[in-house]
Amino acid sequence: MQRLKSSITLGLGLLAGSSLFAAEPAPTQVGFVYVSPVGDAGWTYQHDQGRKEMEKAMAGKVKTNFVENVPEGADAERVIRQMITGGAKIVFTTSFGYMNPTEKVASAFPDKFFFHATGYKTGKNMGIYNARFYEGRYLCGVIAGKMTKSHVAGYVAAFPIPEVLQGINAFTEGMRSVDPKAEVRVIWVNSWFDPGKEREAALTLISQGADMLTHHTDSTAVVQAAEEKHKDNANLYSFSYHSDMSKYGPKSCLTGTTHLWGDFYTRTVKEVLAGTWKGTNVWGGIKDGMIKLAPLNAAVPEAVKKDVTKLEKEIKEGKRHPFAGPVVAQDGKELVPKGRNMTDAELGAMNYYVKGVASTLPKN
Amino acid sequence: MAPGLVSAVLFATIVAGTPLILTALGELVTEKSGVLNLGAEGIMSVGAVAAFAVTLNTGSPLLGIVAGMVAGMAMSALFGFAALTLQANQVASGLALSIFGVGLSAFVGKPYESQTLSSVAPLKIPLLSKLPVLGHALFEQQALVYFSWIMLAVVAWFLYRTRWGLVLRAVGETPVAAHAIGYNVLRIRYLAAIFGGAMAGIGGAFLSVFYTPLWVEGMVAGRGWISLALVVFATWRPLRVMLGAYLFGGAMITQMFVQGSGIRLDIPAQFLSALPYLATVVVLVLISRNRSTIRLNSPASLGQPFMPDA
Amino acid sequence: MRYLSPLLAVALMLVCGMVLFLVLGKSPVEGFKVFFIQPMADRYGVAELFLKATPLMLCAVGLSVGFRGNVWNIGAEGQLLVGALAGGGVALFFPNSHSPLLLPAMFVAGALGGMLWAAIPAWLRTRFNANEILTSLMLVYVAELMVSWLVHGPWKDPDGFNFPQTRLFQSKAILPILVEGTRVNAALIVALVVLIIGWVFMNRSFLGYQMKVSGQAERAGRYAGFSARRTVWIGMLVGGCCAGLAGVSEVAGPIGQITEHISPGYGFAAMIVAFVGRLEPVGILLASLLMALLYMGGEQAQQYLGLPFSISKVFQGLLLFFILGSDVFIHFRLRLDRGRK
Repeated sequence: MQRLKSSITLGLGLLAGSSLFAAEPAPTQVGFVYVSPVGDAGWTYQHDQGRKEMEKAMAGKVKTNFVENVPEGADAERVIRQMITGGAKIVFTTSFGYMNPTEKVASAFPDKFFFHATGYKTGKNMGIYNARFYEGRYLCGVIAGKMTKSHVAGYVAAFPIPEVLQGINAFTEGMRSVDPKAEVRVIWVNSWFDPGKEREAALTLISQGADMLTHHTDSTAVVQAAEEKHKDNANLYSFSYHSDMSKYGPKSCLTGTTHLWGDFYTRTVKEVLAGTWKGTNVWGGIKDGMIKLAPLNAAVPEAVKKDVTKLEKEIKEGKRHPFAGPVVAQDGKELVPKGRNMTDAELGAMNYYVKGVASTLPKN
Repeated sequence: MAPGLVSAVLFATIVAGTPLILTALGELVTEKSGVLNLGAEGIMSVGAVAAFAVTLNTGSPLLGIVAGMVAGMAMSALFGFAALTLQANQVASGLALSIFGVGLSAFVGKPYESQTLSSVAPLKIPLLSKLPVLGHALFEQQALVYFSWIMLAVVAWFLYRTRWGLVLRAVGETPVAAHAIGYNVLRIRYLAAIFGGAMAGIGGAFLSVFYTPLWVEGMVAGRGWISLALVVFATWRPLRVMLGAYLFGGAMITQMFVQGSGIRLDIPAQFLSALPYLATVVVLVLISRNRSTIRLNSPASLGQPFMPDA
Repeated sequence: MRYLSPLLAVALMLVCGMVLFLVLGKSPVEGFKVFFIQPMADRYGVAELFLKATPLMLCAVGLSVGFRGNVWNIGAEGQLLVGALAGGGVALFFPNSHSPLLLPAMFVAGALGGMLWAAIPAWLRTRFNANEILTSLMLVYVAELMVSWLVHGPWKDPDGFNFPQTRLFQSKAILPILVEGTRVNAALIVALVVLIIGWVFMNRSFLGYQMKVSGQAERAGRYAGFSARRTVWIGMLVGGCCAGLAGVSEVAGPIGQITEHISPGYGFAAMIVAFVGRLEPVGILLASLLMALLYMGGEQAQQYLGLPFSISKVFQGLLLFFILGSDVFIHFRLRLDRGRK
């Protein structure tokens, strides 16, 4: 009986799926390609949260699926393509290394839509998107500047690409805007993901006097290391990246620069479905809801909270730019004169430290 | 250097070296019996996830270590079944174990990726931990750090001071002769391989329960392979395994301290990262160059199957 | 038995797979379909299968020449990368060349690069007696770091916003596509030719016979006057040459530039392929296709069954274990034969 019932349901399902009986159009399939496992925090986790939010917001209209751990080599093109041949109309590819594969598949399927995160190649049916992570970094830097006692912050970073340097420099600018004595020390671990190394780097920075820690790597190790050492130094705090990691540092993680992709995904998919989408290059920040500070820890004093909220508002309204001139490089050279903000093109080409970073950029 | 800095560098070096010592000591014993098990990366991964899961569910890091150890023993028994009982190629069996272990750990570890453990307090040794400079670095460590030192002594003593150690080395040197005197070569090799698995499992447990108390796919991050290199680097001598592990760990930590302090380094980071591997090759050449030194140190029958009835 | 045992191993792996699907609460039939049938359901899928199998068969056939002679080159991954750098370097240094010889030159450079990287362990082994398993493995890491340094540093695309990758290769440095609408390219022909040469070398040449004899019984080989040194050199260089070709086939094929992600471990997976293929070119051809299918099935299983990717690694490991385990039948038969004589 059970089997009979299920075969009837199946039959009905098939009928409903066929265009003849369809009262409503079948849901549009949207695919996501991830570079690492979804996990519980980090870059891919945030994208997956965005996917879920979008699916919820568009309930009944879209169906999503994803492939995780897709290598950024020759395999990516096949995965993207198979999402399309598997029925997807829209595909989001969420790592830099997918740029060329995405472009190739996009040109092979002109009636489908492709969105690539963090790259720079666009097309008629291929948009790019990224977030102004540095805006959140600046705010974290300001909090760090207000909270620090040692005037030293430690930064664990992966690779010296512009996006990472923007974060380091914005954090430094923010910190020094309230504490001109402050310096930022950077350790490159040359890996996006190696919890052991990230932890060692964090401990090294702590032993070198840093009492404010943050990271641009993909695990929770730095926040956890700070939580552990918080017992020895009550003024040791951390700022998380990608995700709200307060769960991993309930006492010591002050806040974090979180990435919120849900609204963007919902908006984009809606536009595509409505046929109103025109080639876009989205680089959204706090204003667009793509970057947000995680809830502030109770350890942050009220006065600081107020200041940060005010600054956040100013950034939102475009009244303040983290890289407002004068921006001075580490060696004292003026990069942006007083009176203007750094342009997006200049941001994209960032390959230096600003004044206040105490480490030297590794030479290649 | 300021005493505080020395202490911090030393402390971090010891921590970073510990999982390598544990795993490499186990592999050393395995290789001394003539068995080459390249599966350390896989064993450590499975050990790490097993230890994490058990610690999370029982709240006892000790039970976690035991779980890591048992998982490691099971993995190496699997290897032993293929490479010893069925006499499959050891290199290939080890690789299979590595691939299988990394995959299996990721697979069974999925539900644990969102969990956290509270960090385990270090074990302070009374009096000694009060010593200036060295006290904190040497005697305020996790219990497994002391365990790695104890195991170092145990392995050295066993191999060179006991009859069974002699038998084990004989099995690695000339299995035919050992067999002829009446020793069960396969059983001894099995035991050696399982000991190696137990140690690698504990090494994995150190990573997921003590070092960075979390489980994520890929967290072993090549430490199994480095341990294999370390055994060669150490020319199959236990004490040199420890020195090598601290050298490897120390190189990484010192590099970080240099970066953090802002000293200008005009060498690309990749060159520094390649140094340990190049050093291993150089050491290997130095010890192998003279046939008598290599014969003194490396087990002569390493990697070769032994057929009792041949 | 020689041909039956790989089939037995595949069958065992499938049974394990079915059980695994059941345990996970998925229908085994559905799982089987998604994992092993669906990737080959259309022309594009079949083409992808051959594309993915190309570097695997190239590396595996080179490795098996060495493995037969007891030369344990486990550093094919590094040789592949250096080959990709050498071949890709030619493409980058002649960005305006229209010569039809550009691609052949890239392949030659790639083969030489792979051989150079393999020559180091060969030299260290023959000159200093250093174990090639360990030296070739260490050189994998050095090669990875070399790639990383070049794409982060001197070879970085100047217009690429500081991202770690080189310029895209010009069109004359990209392998021609064999079947329109797919990605399968001329590298497949190179691989098949190498397989044929490998077959002739292993089965019809005196040198190949010498290698096999000295591999199976070193002492017998020495009595017969075969040089152990020559076995090491040939085993390593052939392995390096083939891995280098595989590297070029990737950068001049589906990737089209040099990045940090040239190979998702082809050099290591090729060792599984070599053993599953019984160190025979025909077996390697089939095994490389099976291995490619495992990768692709893993991608499908994620999309349609919601299973994590690690499941295909579990399958790969199981397959290799079973194939190694089923060797016992061959040993058994050998022993029976010996007993009869």
